[in-house]
Amino acid sequence: MTGIDRDGREIVNTQIVHFGQLRLDSGATLSQVDCAYETYGQLNAEKTNGVMVMHAFTGDAHAAGQSEDGKPGWWDDMIGPGKPFDTNKYFLICSNVLGGCRGTTGPSSINPETGEPYGMSFPVITIGDMVRLQRMLIDHLGIKKLLAVAGGSMGGMQALEWAAAYPDMVAGAIPIASTWRHSAQQIAFNEVGRQAIMSDPDWADGNYYGKSRPARGLSVARMVGHITYMSDHSMRSKFGRRLREKEAFGFDFGVDFEVESYLRYRGGQFVDRFDANSYLYITKAMDYFDVTQGRGASLAAVFENTDTRFLVMSFTSDWLYPTYQSLELVRALRSRNRDVAFVELTSNYGHDAFLVEIEEQRELVKGFLAGTMKGLR
Amino acid sequence: MAFVHSLFGRSDYAIIGELVEPGLKVLDLGCGEAELLGWLVEHKNIQARGVELSASKVQKAIARGVSAYQGDIEEALSDYPDSAFDIVILSQTLQETRRPMQVLNDMLRVGKRAIVAFPNFGHWRVRVSHLFSGRAPKTDLFPYDWYDSPNLHYLTVDDFEETAKKEGWVIERRIFLAGAKEVTAFPNLTAEVAVYMFRK
Repeated sequence: MTGIDRDGREIVNTQIVHFGQLRLDSGATLSQVDCAYETYGQLNAEKTNGVMVMHAFTGDAHAAGQSEDGKPGWWDDMIGPGKPFDTNKYFLICSNVLGGCRGTTGPSSINPETGEPYGMSFPVITIGDMVRLQRMLIDHLGIKKLLAVAGGSMGGMQALEWAAAYPDMVAGAIPIASTWRHSAQQIAFNEVGRQAIMSDPDWADGNYYGKSRPARGLSVARMVGHITYMSDHSMRSKFGRRLREKEAFGFDFGVDFEVESYLRYRGGQFVDRFDANSYLYITKAMDYFDVTQGRGASLAAVFENTDTRFLVMSFTSDWLYPTYQSLELVRALRSRNRDVAFVELTSNYGHDAFLVEIEEQRELVKGFLAGTMKGLR
Repeated sequence: MAFVHSLFGRSDYAIIGELVEPGLKVLDLGCGEAELLGWLVEHKNIQARGVELSASKVQKAIARGVSAYQGDIEEALSDYPDSAFDIVILSQTLQETRRPMQVLNDMLRVGKRAIVAFPNFGHWRVRVSHLFSGRAPKTDLFPYDWYDSPNLHYLTVDDFEETAKKEGWVIERRIFLAGAKEVTAFPNLTAEVAVYMFRK
């Protein structure tokens, strides 16, 4: 749903669709689920130009255009008229993930059975559950097969899950700076984040809604996260050992260094826009992710007969989702003679590169989508 | 002597472009920016895959819509199952590989046919250069100084013929090029570039 603001720019509104039952991998069932989503461009008459983009960990459904409060979408550089995800050609869909806190049902939502927020009574979810809800959305929009699914980081995991769970519904998959399963290091950092939240007294076993929120814990979790998203190089060039608004050390535990100030600022800012329980649930979903899980097969065997084309991208300085993880996927696909393109892009930005190095990705995505569209005919 | 048209300034590309039948599944090793594969997709409706070591060239290949990936030729070949392709192409790269015999055998394992194009070290100009200068030969075909040549293994038309015989490969086509001309007489002396299509 779109409108025009006073300056003639398109305003994008997030829409909500209500679904009934959603069965989860854990065995639990959610009796009602809301899914927040946005769309850009027009679905063609044959309904063959649908492209689903999936956000990373703390993102939301607002991927492109201006929101009512003037905020550009998180992938606005990539999605729009004439951009790689060209809204003149393709119909773009982005939804907030299950377990999130930006419109889609998550632990901060009201449990219809109790009238209270779920909190920790929300069932543990998986990447597979997120994708199952996205599939319901795609069905709701009347799309039988997506031209492509694309996303970075956790969005890339969803892209792979889509390709594994619904191979006939996905012509192309673009996992960027992502992995086919979470590694010990990735789980370790997530666990530090969770422990930071859960050791904050204000967390109160997740029952903090309407009370004081676990701001300290969530902010520390985010600080750790930010460290893993950057690289030694990007931190050195952005902060070095520069002091924050002072000439000499304070000889106390206030802020001395720019990097401390930055992390505190980012941590504090995050608390205003993200729910601590969503942090717990979504990181857990990532840690559980292994695309072979429950499919009783090797990675190569999961994609044995897939007709989906893959475009896999990684970044040289990304130590959180290192290139070797992308390469494992690429080699598995190659071993089954599947259609895969791969490139490791050069960047100093660490994991953040997938949202920063837009110029590098532009032509790749454009060419891949055009090639995939051509293959449909 | 017949004139050969060129494709992207290369007569070996033009020959390969003719050799590849429509609709085949083709792997190009060292595909560069995938000019040849792009042309084959456009004109022969092939299913194209390319391997290229340079990230910037892979980017251009993918932007062209070709499924290329960044990687080492020898490693990429080892990943593929048997007979994954109808044709595997190696153009002007054989002499740069570390283990050419392994590459050739792997090409015939993953492909039903192989096409190889290489510069002929037996060309008379190379011989003359070596004979009179007493130095590592330097010609238009081999323009490098000894210390910066990417070529690791030099071979001639006769070398390839002998190897094929020894390995029991069936040579289906052999085309010899000198500039934009096809040559047939004394190819080991007159060919600058040799193109072979062969199978096990």
